[in-house]
Amino acid sequence: MGRKLKFNIFRYNPQDPDSVPHTDTFQLEETESMTLFIALTQIREEQDPSLQFDFCCRAGICGACAMIINGRPNLACKTLTDDLPAEITLMPLPIFKLIGDLSVDTGTWFREMNENVESWVHTSKTFDLEAEEERMDNSLAEEIYELERCVECGCCVAACGTANMREDFVGAVAMNRIARFMMDPRDQRTGSEYFEVIGTDEGIFGCMGLLGCEDVCPKQLPLQDQLGILRLKMGWSAIKHLFRIK
Amino acid sequence: METIYTDLLCIGAGLAGERVAVEAASAGFETICLSIVPPRRSHSSAAQGGMQASLGHCIMGKGDSPDVHFQDTVKGSDWGCDQEVARLFAETAPVAVREMAFWGIPWNRVVPGKDTYFKGGKQFEKEELKEKEGLITARSFGGTAKWRTCYTSDGTGHTLLYTMDNKVVELGVTVHDRIEAISLIHDGKTCIGAVARCLKTGKCRAYLARATLIATGGYGRIYRETTNAVINDGGGAIIAIDTEVVPLGNPEAIQFHPTGIVPTNILVTEGCRGDGGTLLDVNEERFMPEYEPEKEELASRDVVSRWMTHHIQKGLGVKSPYGDHLWLDIRHLGAEHIKTKLREVEEICNNFLGVDPITQLIPVRPAQHYSMAGIRTNKDGAAYGLKGLFSAGEAACWDMHGFNRLGGNSLAETIVAGKIVGEKIAESLKGYEVHFNTAVIKDAAAKDYERIDRLISCKDGKEDVFEVRNAMQNELMERVGIFRNGADLQKAVDNLQEIHARAKKVGLRSNGIGVNPELTLALKIQGMVRLAICTAYGALQRTESRGCHSREDYEARNDRDWLNRTLATWKEGDDLPTLNYEPASKVMEIPPGDRGYGVSKIISQDDEKIGV
Ligand SMILES: Cc1cc2nc3c(=O)[nH]c(=O)nc-3n(C[C@H](O)[C@H](O)[C@H](O)COP(=O)(O)OP(=O)(O)OC[C@H]3O[C@@H](n4cnc5c(N)ncnc54)[C@H](O)[C@@H]3O)c2cc1C
Ligand code: SF4
Ligand code: SF4
Ligand code: FES
Repeated sequence: MGRKLKFNIFRYNPQDPDSVPHTDTFQLEETESMTLFIALTQIREEQDPSLQFDFCCRAGICGACAMIINGRPNLACKTLTDDLPAEITLMPLPIFKLIGDLSVDTGTWFREMNENVESWVHTSKTFDLEAEEERMDNSLAEEIYELERCVECGCCVAACGTANMREDFVGAVAMNRIARFMMDPRDQRTGSEYFEVIGTDEGIFGCMGLLGCEDVCPKQLPLQDQLGILRLKMGWSAIKHLFRIK
Repeated sequence: METIYTDLLCIGAGLAGERVAVEAASAGFETICLSIVPPRRSHSSAAQGGMQASLGHCIMGKGDSPDVHFQDTVKGSDWGCDQEVARLFAETAPVAVREMAFWGIPWNRVVPGKDTYFKGGKQFEKEELKEKEGLITARSFGGTAKWRTCYTSDGTGHTLLYTMDNKVVELGVTVHDRIEAISLIHDGKTCIGAVARCLKTGKCRAYLARATLIATGGYGRIYRETTNAVINDGGGAIIAIDTEVVPLGNPEAIQFHPTGIVPTNILVTEGCRGDGGTLLDVNEERFMPEYEPEKEELASRDVVSRWMTHHIQKGLGVKSPYGDHLWLDIRHLGAEHIKTKLREVEEICNNFLGVDPITQLIPVRPAQHYSMAGIRTNKDGAAYGLKGLFSAGEAACWDMHGFNRLGGNSLAETIVAGKIVGEKIAESLKGYEVHFNTAVIKDAAAKDYERIDRLISCKDGKEDVFEVRNAMQNELMERVGIFRNGADLQKAVDNLQEIHARAKKVGLRSNGIGVNPELTLALKIQGMVRLAICTAYGALQRTESRGCHSREDYEARNDRDWLNRTLATWKEGDDLPTLNYEPASKVMEIPPGDRGYGVSKIISQDDEKIGV
């Protein structure tokens, strides 16, 4: 304890005509159980009140604080300085639009993603106020929940080679979302309807299977399995399609 | 200033705000939601435990009904709630849960057969019925007669919020995220929208709406130690009291939770103590048995919080760079128990403390948790004081919680109130025309521009906004916390008034350009201090103990003089709020009585002392 920490932080305020992208360095004395949330808050309040970054729940739940920490995307609030070397370099997530310093616009990206994959239960039924709920096996509910745990932090998108090369690639997070609804009996979409959404080069066939995504997911979602299952479910013709583009 | 028109403006896109939006949009009204963060990051997502509704499917919930739920809620509130609202709530909750299931929540379901559970560290057995297989199940929460809390594993708030936002996306409701409302536009009689600052560019915008809803959640961040998200700093409550006519209900009603971890105040579940965990002091000795020989660590939330604070004040806390704390010890429960039954606790300790709870002690202390206080509305969600203004969720004092809300009742409130208030807003919008008075709009915009200019140019002074905020937070933490007494409260009010004067002199250290976080806080600081004063002053005036409001100098609940609700408004230029009072409930379905737990000294309505 009591290390002197050195932070190299990416700085740029696009709203300020005098601002140019650069790195600022800050020194800080490490305290017990210090997280990057504590460290960055301290830097802002004691050293530079204009420093932009995003924290909300500071408990690893809301997904607001993803950034590149010593080269790797992760949630800053659940990163202990103790697990890092004394020199810490922080960059904003790539791919998402920069708002300023470490802050990026994930809201617009994810809203679009949710619109594109039509992230809701598609059903022709209407809700009956009086009726008992439809039954579901508890184990199925738990399986759906496993995939629903995604916090839309964007780490998997930032780490994905394909997403870094093509703007329209939907990313592992979208594929995971589709897998979640495919598993849900309440959603009446058919295989071919799902295929329309992700059976494209922007979807599952753009994925190169390098699994940068799963390695960095702070919720440890089984992205590899989901990508595999989706490839299978998209059918034989789809797989042929995959080999053609490779 | 850019101006945007809509039928309904929802300030807040957490569960409450989005549920209202869904209702209004389904009725065909154009709706825009504003949120400081992308909607799915709203603090609703942090709720883990669950949501109460009396479905009664699981065996431990057998015989449950809205009646029983209603009774638990009224007792929990220590008779401070509006019973008409509590009744409406309990009756609607089961439908609300089923509707969320229809929209896609993967609620945990009844699994038939034998199964064990823990109570007070002891193990018991139960058997679920075959005929209930696959229906929504429930878990146990404090203060309830039945197992009534519906849940999805340890992520109930998350699944609720994601499903709700899915609905919002499906309906095509517009959400403007990263935008913060900084004032309401009104003429003292009617609200016609809000001025908001964009947190992508720093620019201001006017939203003009026929109806405006405040659903901005709780404001725990006026306290130094809180389980709330960092964005829960009172923006919604502030713009409401800034109108001078909209009152806060029961500002003194603030709930604390015994076990927030130190330093970050993230909540660890009550289950630790339920399963046999103990609290230790600086000498690694238990202290609860000394104070509560019978219940020990398992006394109710408010009681345990009170003794912990008392023990720290006696100097028996553990010193740390983040202030004094106590220890939670679950080591004796063993690796297997911790890894299976308390998995989430293990994760929090590992991730945020670097502590292994199987071999190490967990640093904890009580933290602010919930604002029963809020914008006072009638049972339709219409705010007192301004036409066209509504409120729902934790931001509102609707008021089903009175002086203590039960665990699981606030998620339920957001969905139920959202549904009911949404319907009422849709009704009110039919055939309702407002005149958007340009002078009023110009005036509101000019005021906010001027505020921003003064802060940037340090026209009023150079007080540091973070220091002012810290001073306010410390004052509330130390004198308006868990134990309260007249002398300390008076001191808090006096000190906070000085802090208020300092808040008026805040000037920026940085240049204030763009999405400047110093400016974001500076725009709120005066309002935050006013909220703090409302809390302290309301508590000072209330010379009784009720629910979370615990006065050492007035230990009894006093139904003769205080069976009422505080209504606090703030006149511009004043140093104190104006307090008025209204009866706690027009309808008294259950007359005031003993809660059946906690200390019960009661001065009854007819001035007779009962209980001890
Ligand atoms: C750690 C924790 C655990 C909890 N667990 C449970 C539980 O198990 N069961 C339970 O019933 N309750 C629980 N609660 C309480 C419950 O989660 C909250 O009371 C509830 O979710 C609040 O929902 P809301 O919609 O009112 O507000 P929030 O979800 O907080 O949403 C507020 C919204 O308002 C926006 N906003 C705020 N200010 C402004 C502004 N000025 N301009 C524009 N937008 C603004 C925010 O961006 C956000 O979108 C818990 C609370 C905490 C802190
Ligand atoms: S496996 Fe596919 S989605 Fe995941 S990082 Fe690689 S290309 Fe991207
Ligand atoms: S899949 Fe994992 S990494 Fe990707 S957005 Fe969701 S939580 Fe983040
Ligand atoms: S702040 Fe919510 S996940 Fe980090």
